[in-house]
Amino acid sequence: MFQRLSSTAAAVALAATFLAGPACAADKVKVGFVSTLSGPSAALGVDIRDGFLLAVKMNGGKLGGLPAEVIVGDDQFKPDVAKQLFEKDIKRDKVDFMTGVVFSNIMLAALPEALDANVFYLSPNAAPSPMAGKDCNADFFAVSWPNDAYHEAAGAFANQRDLKSVYLMAPNYQAGKDSLAGFKRTYKGKVVGETYTKLGQLDYAAELAEVRAAKPQAVYVFLPGGMGINFIKQFVGSGLSKDTTLLLPGFSADQDVIGPVGSAMSGIFNTAHWSPDFSNPANVKFVEAFRKEYGRTPTLYASQGYDTANLINAAVHDVHGNLKDHAALHKALKAARFDSVRGAFRFNTNQYPIQNYYVRVVSSDGHGGLVNKSFNEPILKDHGDAYVQDCKMKP
Amino acid sequence: MTLVLEQSLNGLQFGLMLFLLAAGLTLVFGVMDMINLAHGSLYMVGAFIGAWLVGLTGSFTLGLVGAVIGTALFGMALETTLLRPLYARDHLSQVLATFALILILNDGTRMIFGNDLPLSAPAALAGPVQLVPGLGYPAYRLLIIGAGLAIAALLYVGVARTRMGALVRAGASNREMATAMGVDIRRLFTIVFGIGAGLCAVAGVLMGPLLAVQVGMGENILILAFVVIVIGGIGSIRGALVGALLVGFVDTLGRTVLQDAFRAFLPPQMASAAGPAVASVAIYVFMAAVLAIRPQGLFPARG
Repeated sequence: MFQRLSSTAAAVALAATFLAGPACAADKVKVGFVSTLSGPSAALGVDIRDGFLLAVKMNGGKLGGLPAEVIVGDDQFKPDVAKQLFEKDIKRDKVDFMTGVVFSNIMLAALPEALDANVFYLSPNAAPSPMAGKDCNADFFAVSWPNDAYHEAAGAFANQRDLKSVYLMAPNYQAGKDSLAGFKRTYKGKVVGETYTKLGQLDYAAELAEVRAAKPQAVYVFLPGGMGINFIKQFVGSGLSKDTTLLLPGFSADQDVIGPVGSAMSGIFNTAHWSPDFSNPANVKFVEAFRKEYGRTPTLYASQGYDTANLINAAVHDVHGNLKDHAALHKALKAARFDSVRGAFRFNTNQYPIQNYYVRVVSSDGHGGLVNKSFNEPILKDHGDAYVQDCKMKP
Repeated sequence: MTLVLEQSLNGLQFGLMLFLLAAGLTLVFGVMDMINLAHGSLYMVGAFIGAWLVGLTGSFTLGLVGAVIGTALFGMALETTLLRPLYARDHLSQVLATFALILILNDGTRMIFGNDLPLSAPAALAGPVQLVPGLGYPAYRLLIIGAGLAIAALLYVGVARTRMGALVRAGASNREMATAMGVDIRRLFTIVFGIGAGLCAVAGVLMGPLLAVQVGMGENILILAFVVIVIGGIGSIRGALVGALLVGFVDTLGRTVLQDAFRAFLPPQMASAAGPAVASVAIYVFMAAVLAIRPQGLFPARG
């Protein structure tokens, strides 16, 4: 009997050590990075990737002290391809974090793969309103901004500039809907037109004719990537740029658009949470390193990729590399103890950022090119989002 | 009033570009009785060659001319090697083979040129032209309309007035009889295919700055081109022109007039989606009606 008791005790003790979980550090950090790296909007995904990889490189190829393996995949602007890549990264490569997606529709399609497997998804860009509110999830962190934010800032700026009538345009997908909802939330003037174009549409002749007929004082469009490049060129080509102010969110007025469009961008006002001329030490270091490594000025997308990598770095460091402890990792991510290039950074209760938003203007960089320069005073200060009260996540 | 004028010009512009693709497609289908799904890929190849040449030389004209010649030669080479064995086969075999060709050309283009190439309109045409006071229509789109009309006129003259055109019409009308009359069918086919490829290249390079020069750009427009030739009549250039203008106008209508109509009782997001959707349905319903009532098309080439 005694023997049976001791062997049972031994079995229980053995089982207990397995149940307690290994409190040891993993030997590396695996990050699955899926983004749009081809097609007219490839510049966005490429910049996020380049910013992310730069941060890893500047940390000596490590995140949180552990060697980092970043598995990069191209979603080709197709939700089903992104879903397959997520599945491969999570099930076959067993990544610790997923990140990278540019577009909200692609992210929403692939996200369940990560959330169902309890893998953290840190969004370096897309942050749709449902995920800030009723669909919030403890494994989802938006490191960029809430989708509506840049547009709420633009609406506030339009008020400041006393723009009496505005014509709105955005693609017909979640981020497009969020964008115009955000603008209308803050804007106090008259909306003379609201058009949703097809996502990926590149020819805006018909829409521009409608804009001309509506005679607005200003036009506000959310058209990221190649869509914006084509729209702005066609806007100038139609002669509308002479009498109608073009107001943009930072998405359509950064280096990826300035390059192809050229001098027509000069003087355009746009809103963003970050600008390359921010003077905080983290940003100065980032912009200089990015220019040196890649030979171009970073866009806001690159800054977001960089910040996401540094968030992972800080969180893994805080849990001492113990990636298996999901709860501790979650707490470390939420604390966000890292130096963001945008300045002060903190998460709201729904794991979306609370931060400042600034007005930028496309100006000469002194070497014959164009770059964004920001106004010192933020247009929106310590701004969260309009959906946080719908989020039922435990804090 | 300016709105109607501007939208009419937009519809005309889109319709004329569609005509360039449909004309080549209808000739190939009409004269050679071959369904060529890879026609859209020739449009893509033309755009890529053009974009590459413009990048190399800096001249849009050189890029356009080079693309036309290059794509025509490429098309003719394709015809003599890969496509000739298909003439004797049934349409299903042709569909399968040319579909495979789409996939091969997509990946081949990706391997040679990459996934996409930038292409901008010539800087001189980047601004508007004051057509009427209050309407500054983009100069580049006027160029497209001009080029489309010029090519339509050229094709008409070529098909109606030249010997080559007579051979093409004979071949489209009754191939066996044309062969019996001593026409060198094989050479005729190669030339027709080359012309079709050249027309694709013009459309590809001209539309490149407005759309994007990227792998897979031919697939969407190919479907519309098939709809156009079914409506217009297989083998008929006049039918292709009428069909293309019809489709072009209905598409533009959907994005504007229909959308405005829906906006009266639908929220903006739904109105914006409903307009183009209804326009698309209208085009296909019209095609179905043509197939039901007059299956040979509006302007049939065959007697």
